[in-house]
Amino acid sequence: MSRAETPMRQAGAEPPEVAAPGAVRAPSPLWTFGLLRNELVTTFRRWRTLALLGVLAAVPVLVGIAVKIETRDGSSAGGGGGAGPAFIAQITNNGLFLVFTALAATLPFFLPMAIGVVAGDAIAGEANAGTLRYLLVAPAGRSRLLLTKYATVMAFCLVATLVVAVAALIMGALLFPLGELTTISGTRISFADGLGRALLIALVVAASLTGIAALGLFISTLTNSGIAAMATTVGLLITVQILDQIPQLHALQPYFFSHYWLSFADLMREPVYWDNLVNNLGLQALYAGVFGSAAWARFTTRDVTA
Amino acid sequence: MDEVSATEPDPGAGDAEHGVIQTRGLTKRYRGGQLAVDGLDLTVPAGSVFGFLGPNGSGKTTTIRMLMGLIEPTSGTARLLGRPMPRASRAVLPHVGALIEGPALYGFLSGKDNLLRYDAADPTADPRTRRARVAAALDRVGLTAAAGKKAKAYSLGMKQRLGLAAALLQPRRLLVLDEPTNGLDPQGMREIRSLVRELASDGTTVFLSSHLLDEIEQVCTHAAVMAQGRLITQGAVADLAAGARGRLVVTTPDTGDAARVLKEQGVADVVVAEDRVTAEPPEGELAELNAALVTAGVRVRGFVVERASLEDAFVALTGEGFDVAG
Repeated sequence: MSRAETPMRQAGAEPPEVAAPGAVRAPSPLWTFGLLRNELVTTFRRWRTLALLGVLAAVPVLVGIAVKIETRDGSSAGGGGGAGPAFIAQITNNGLFLVFTALAATLPFFLPMAIGVVAGDAIAGEANAGTLRYLLVAPAGRSRLLLTKYATVMAFCLVATLVVAVAALIMGALLFPLGELTTISGTRISFADGLGRALLIALVVAASLTGIAALGLFISTLTNSGIAAMATTVGLLITVQILDQIPQLHALQPYFFSHYWLSFADLMREPVYWDNLVNNLGLQALYAGVFGSAAWARFTTRDVTA
Repeated sequence: MDEVSATEPDPGAGDAEHGVIQTRGLTKRYRGGQLAVDGLDLTVPAGSVFGFLGPNGSGKTTTIRMLMGLIEPTSGTARLLGRPMPRASRAVLPHVGALIEGPALYGFLSGKDNLLRYDAADPTADPRTRRARVAAALDRVGLTAAAGKKAKAYSLGMKQRLGLAAALLQPRRLLVLDEPTNGLDPQGMREIRSLVRELASDGTTVFLSSHLLDEIEQVCTHAAVMAQGRLITQGAVADLAAGARGRLVVTTPDTGDAARVLKEQGVADVVVAEDRVTAEPPEGELAELNAALVTAGVRVRGFVVERASLEDAFVALTGEGFDVAG
């Protein structure tokens, strides 16, 4: 017992602002947004979330510094073997390319890993802490809670992507010149147009993560251990990324959620080459539909014993 | 103990709603085949403080989880405030405050933010009065001074208080409290008991599970006893305790003589333990019995009939102590 506690109040000391018994309000249609707002605030105030975002912000900073150091003598970045993420060679000409490079560098692993942690923990973490039972008897409603969780994970996808993009833009502006840029097709576009495309690319990257977000949420409904759900989601991500590199599996690869991820580069063509972008968004919608439904079917019928 | 039937609700306490909690043949068999709750017929009258007793593993928590819609029954029905569960969860649960298997908190949030979050999850909670209600609930359980502290820094007793505060965020018609005094010191236990009485006097029905029999006896008007998934008995506490007979206790250094004299006087079931001789109280005048003891030269230091406690009733019913059911 701590000294911070004081004896409980005795009868008759209840403040008058507490409503009389029986005066229970009808639910407001906007109530779901109250829960969503609380969920967003709770998620983004967590130290763990901030640490993940910090790691993501560090990637463009490190890439920018590395390119700056490597090109001090006037040589081009990644020039030796042509290795490195997409667009890295153009960074020295235009800092805006650091945005595209940073997104290409984080999309295969860092971004989906962060999503896997947040999505995997969404339900399983609440079950693990026991807070799930109190949310359900509040009563939050199982479908609403699941939707709130998915919306929050999607918001995290967007915020995480924007953190990478904005950190890269600031770093690019500090270290390299800005100005007109050359598309992959060789045409020149204005800086403002380039900035618009950078934002569009960030949105497409965020949308690319909705598939793994739904998958992570589904896994999260299967277990009472947040750690297990996070590890399974990230493990699946790594497995799929490896399988996507094996040529003998090319018949399956178009169905891997990560297969079209790097298609966002096609937005830098003039005119934009839409085929793979549409494939990617369609595939993400399919994953979100299938695993979202599976998560709903599981979560609305399971016994909550934790 | 056949005066109090396991299936008939106490006729004196039945109300128009047929009980705030009513189950019929409620059964839960877990996937492993284990029968956790077996054909439970429970009736909790409105306005009662209802003690729910049973050894660990007897199915109390599974029952509470089914009542709260967290677990789907294998068969049977459960009605809360006259509405079927879990179907009517959204309509019923805002009227029900619950503490289930101890408090569960977000360690990275302050006590106040924990309550704000639970309140935000309630569709009927008015966001305009949220802060005032949270402050009132914190005040009611004596946590105002620690409201801004992160919950992971709370002691077990403070967590228990915060869990109770979450159950008191709104005016409730029913409170389901699973082991509410767990982890509290004697002063905290007394405060909880007075809080329960206070809530009950406001007309809130309190459903209280506990393994502390004297606690149930002190605050509850009604009680039910479970063992191995089955309901053994339910009814008014006074009726339950009356079912078990009291014991005559003679305290004396001359236990051998005392036991002999008591047997000569026709007293049954004489048991000697250390400096006490206990026996079934006889029908006749007790003073005569005492006189007989003194006349025989027994140095009587204490002569009393101990009233049967709920614990005696419990042992008489289950034929066992309060051990974990194998």
